[in-house]
Amino acid sequence: MSVVTAFPAAIGRNVLAGLAMLGRITLFLGASISHILRPPYYPRELGTALMQVGWLSLPVVGLTAIFTGGALALQIYSGGARFNAEAVVPQIVAIGMVRELGPVLVGLMIAARVTSSIAAEIATMKVTEQIDALTTLSTHPMKYLVAPRVLAAFITVPLLVGVGDVIGVFGGFLVGVQNLGFNAATYLHNTVNFLETLDIVSSLVKGAVFGVIAAVMGCYYGMHSGRGAQGVGRATKSSVQAAAILILAANFVLTGVFFSV
Amino acid sequence: MIELSDVHKAFGSNRVLRGVNLTIASGTSMVIIGGSGTGKSVALKCILGLITPDSGAITLDGQDVTKGDRDAFLARFGMLFQGGALFDSLPVWQNVAFRLLRGSLKRPRDEAREIAIEKLRRVGLKPEQADLFPAELSGGMQKRVGLARAICAEPEIIFFDEPTTGLDPIMSGVINELVREIVVEMGATAMTITHDMTSVRAIADNVAMLHDGKIRWTGPVAQMDNSGDPYLDQFIHGRAEGPIEAVR
Repeated sequence: MSVVTAFPAAIGRNVLAGLAMLGRITLFLGASISHILRPPYYPRELGTALMQVGWLSLPVVGLTAIFTGGALALQIYSGGARFNAEAVVPQIVAIGMVRELGPVLVGLMIAARVTSSIAAEIATMKVTEQIDALTTLSTHPMKYLVAPRVLAAFITVPLLVGVGDVIGVFGGFLVGVQNLGFNAATYLHNTVNFLETLDIVSSLVKGAVFGVIAAVMGCYYGMHSGRGAQGVGRATKSSVQAAAILILAANFVLTGVFFSV
Repeated sequence: MIELSDVHKAFGSNRVLRGVNLTIASGTSMVIIGGSGTGKSVALKCILGLITPDSGAITLDGQDVTKGDRDAFLARFGMLFQGGALFDSLPVWQNVAFRLLRGSLKRPRDEAREIAIEKLRRVGLKPEQADLFPAELSGGMQKRVGLARAICAEPEIIFFDEPTTGLDPIMSGVINELVREIVVEMGATAMTITHDMTSVRAIADNVAMLHDGKIRWTGPVAQMDNSGDPYLDQFIHGRAEGPIEAVR
């Protein structure tokens, strides 16, 4: 193969490999949904997953949101001052947090915290034959390991996004009132009046989609991990990368769907 | 009776099983020996359906293992994994009673716990150890817990994958005795994979040697020392010289 054809051939191979991977992940998602819907169900595992994915992620989500909301208020104030539009801080913080930053940052924090943890746990189970052991004990690994985690993420990540939105707006409120001289009642009034139902619905729908992406990526890479410590490490790294990229891509698509003019 | 007929399995260009033929009679203890990477674990996983063979047939009491009710099929088996394969997130008793806490064999939680503690006692562990987590146990104890889990639902067939690997000679002897006692007591069919010739002599009724992806020799353990097969002789005496190439 000549140098001229080698480069496009390499691109083609990578595109094909990427598409094949996307196909495998889509099939895996389909299998996950199928196992969520069909009995037997494992409520104890679902409860544990709800705690791991939802409750224990609250501190990370809260801290991320409050600092982001505060920084956003400062940025909008200083940017708005260039054309005498400082007064729009409450509205832009609200719309910025609820429509974009809340769901995306929560999604990325879940990818960092939950996807990595799921991938590492399941990959370790695979290399230590625990997944084979599950099968020999008449328990389907998709049903026992994957379905509860995906369902838990689908339920809890929108709630986390909702909490993140509120805390982020509160961060902006704190900075606005304490540092930028806004009247507290006016700030809240402007925030509440400016937000529309679609803003909140889009935020929660994004949360559900990002949650499923984060959990499915963790489970997929964990279940397809290579051998040994290197295999576990690679599965964890790849799962977080893939989840983060897919979350950002899905955010672009969903924003287009909800807010296209 | 478990029967493997002309079973082949390859991973890419690596042809691991190249036509395995083997019969394990009900109620007997078969030990499969062979060098590392000769496909012993692959053969065992093919029987359980954890790996799908490329060709050949595997039957259990005349029924193709790939057909029929999978749960009912697996309910007949117990397996002790090489590294124990205990679930880190569950305490010891829940590992042992895993099958009794869910699925078709589900029992009330208290009853499942009682059975688990009884099985732990059977393998020489104390009831206090039932509430520990696997990471809090030594390697030998983890093997015992794995053994207790394998026998908890009183299966008809038990597989042991390297039951003594990584254990000191005394603990290996204890595990060998336990395996033998349990198999005899339960009247189960057993299939064990091991490199450990002490285990072979302690556990086996029959022995099969897997070499180059095929069964090189099979027969009663009593005939193993007089087989006249140079491959088997080299293996059981651990000689570096002989027909089996030793990588140095």
